Amino acid sequence: MLEVKDLRVSVEDKEILKGLNLTINPGEVHAIMGPNGAGKSTLSAVIAGRDGYEVTAGSITFEGENVLEMEIEERARAGMLLGFQYPVEIPGVKNVYLLKAALNAKRKHLGLPEIEAPEFMKLVREKLQFMKMDNSFLHRSVNEGFSGGEKKRNEILQMLTLEPKLALLDEIDSGLDIDALKVVSEGVNSLRDAGRSIVMVTHYQRLLDYIVPDHIHVLSDGKIIKSGDKSLALELEKRGYDWVIEEAAQ
Amino acid sequence: MSLSEYTDQWLSAVMPQVSEGPGWLTDLRQGAVEQFATQGLPHARLENWKYTDVKALAKRDFSLPKKVDAAELVAEKSLGVQGLRLVFVDGLFSPELSDLGDLPKGVNVLPLADNANAAKTVLGQVAAANFSGFTALNLASWQDGVLIDLANNAVLEQPVYLQFVSTAQENAVLIQPRILIKAGVHAQATVIEHYSGAEEAASFSNVVTEVDLADGARITHYKLQQESAKQYHVASLHVQQQRDSRFTSHNICLGGKLARQDIQVELNAEGAEVYLDGLYLGNGRQHLDNHTLVNHNAPHTNSNEDYKGILNDRSRGVFNGRAVVHRNAQKIEAHQSNANLLLSDKAEIDTKPELEIYADDVKCSHGSTTGQLDESALFALRSRGIDEAMARGLLTLAFANEVIDRIEIPEVHDQIEEAVAGRLPEKFNLKGLV
Ligand SMILES: Nc1ncnc2c1ncn2[C@@H]1O[C@H](COP(=O)(O)OP(=O)(O)O)[C@@H](O)[C@H]1O
Ligand SMILES: [Mg+2]
Repeated sequence: MLEVKDLRVSVEDKEILKGLNLTINPGEVHAIMGPNGAGKSTLSAVIAGRDGYEVTAGSITFEGENVLEMEIEERARAGMLLGFQYPVEIPGVKNVYLLKAALNAKRKHLGLPEIEAPEFMKLVREKLQFMKMDNSFLHRSVNEGFSGGEKKRNEILQMLTLEPKLALLDEIDSGLDIDALKVVSEGVNSLRDAGRSIVMVTHYQRLLDYIVPDHIHVLSDGKIIKSGDKSLALELEKRGYDWVIEEAAQ
Repeated sequence: MSLSEYTDQWLSAVMPQVSEGPGWLTDLRQGAVEQFATQGLPHARLENWKYTDVKALAKRDFSLPKKVDAAELVAEKSLGVQGLRLVFVDGLFSPELSDLGDLPKGVNVLPLADNANAAKTVLGQVAAANFSGFTALNLASWQDGVLIDLANNAVLEQPVYLQFVSTAQENAVLIQPRILIKAGVHAQATVIEHYSGAEEAASFSNVVTEVDLADGARITHYKLQQESAKQYHVASLHVQQQRDSRFTSHNICLGGKLARQDIQVELNAEGAEVYLDGLYLGNGRQHLDNHTLVNHNAPHTNSNEDYKGILNDRSRGVFNGRAVVHRNAQKIEAHQSNANLLLSDKAEIDTKPELEIYADDVKCSHGSTTGQLDESALFALRSRGIDEAMARGLLTLAFANEVIDRIEIPEVHDQIEEAVAGRLPEKFNLKGLV
């Protein structure tokens, strides 16, 4: 589904990703772990198409299409959605407008007509309920004045409404208390499906107790230096990253 | 050619109106005729009018309004506000289309042409005849309007909806409403002035509103200007405030070919505060001018002003916000901001926030920006699949919503938001969304 090959990315002439390889197949859940500053957010930002990142080598393809040539919105419509580490506040844009505009953009891409208002409201109310969010969130500005946990829930609400083929979740667990973590994890788990892939970026094992990945990768200094199954997370928790980094250096 | 050449022409057009009313009124009108004769229409050499040229308006011929039936147009343009409703067709009160409901004790809402005597002690008390040539002209020849008189402690829960509708007439019509609001001690009311017109209406509305707030009174005033693309609109709102009174203004300026709004507020005693909110949205070649003036004449008075402008195509906006803190007016707060979005290279804004401070113990801020949309918000929206034009549209509407969201009457809030969304560029594709 997603294929990242030998990806090199610089920010302001500083190389951050240094030849990264990653393959995600349909239905798989991957966790990317690694120390702060390793380049995890850079990877997700480049996949989503954020400005300011220069790809100097390598490729990213999604279902065979060259992602790097797609506009930001085309990537989302093709089915890749990024859940932000730091969701931005958008004063004055109501959540309901964002959800409706985004859903209709996807439907248009699929050749479907715009969703009828009652059907749309029914759909989002269900999703809100699932995320244990009040209906009033719909008429509040996107993330404005939301707590850290509410912002993360709002990201997942968007995922549930838009049902991407590939959900990229950047530190969706940071800043969450245990109850919010459960709600968010349940939201993510409900997305799991044979045709859908999920990539979680985190540096805490804790999240992986709730969303159990099929594959774990360690990203350090711009490269994936080790991959394994879920047992790798336990080992990382016990022993930290240093041994992996040392092992890779040899 | 100077504008004074048109003075006589204007005077002869309005003369039949000058003799309308009881004797005290015709005397007052006659004085204003003389004032207008010396002052004339404002010309571009006046500092306050340097960006707004009314020559094209001055040259035009206007006739006085006649009673016409416009029930359909009135229904179509109505905002459907719950409460009292006074409808004016081409400036003339239309009793059949109005609903004065049951007024609580101590509240009088009177159409002005038929009740001029009731306004004897109110008319011209807040708005100086010489504020501008237009103010003088209105005093000399206003045709109708309303007196809203609130006794001490009278509270009007429902808003008073004043709906002004202009019809399309062969000869453009000169419409001159006068609106008088007098709020006694601790009285409260909300008044909506709403202006709209038939698509082909080419009238000129010259409006003067006077608001007098006694101690502790609270008035919320909405000015919603949605006139059609050929109409001229000049209005001035004059407010005078006593101790602990609060005046809130929502000034939404969407329509007209040329529209000029003046707001003048006199904070005359301690504890008086004023909130001035404004939004102007220009398309085509619209010219939209807002001038506000707040005089802090007493200590412990506050003013807060937030005006936002969106200018598209070749439209032009003018904002001038002046706050004057007079000598000995200590411990005052005056905050003012004006932000603008230019959606096209050919659109223009002249913005000037002005603070004049003659006291030393004051807290003041002012600023004006003419800016771009937030790139990270744009990315966040596009990353959800929303195309760039619509994302820009949503953010532009969001900018307007900072003002619109302070509108507390749900029907007004929703319809203004929809109207703004509908007037933003087509490519933003917001029509079905809001
Ligand atoms: N916009 C940017 N400008 C400059 N440096 C950046 C920018 N974004 C990321 N970096 C740098 O790139 C490196 C990787 O950052 P990031 O991808 O956020 O790491 P992680 O998410 O793994 O903590 C860090 O050294 C960071 O300082
Ligand atoms: Mg990060």
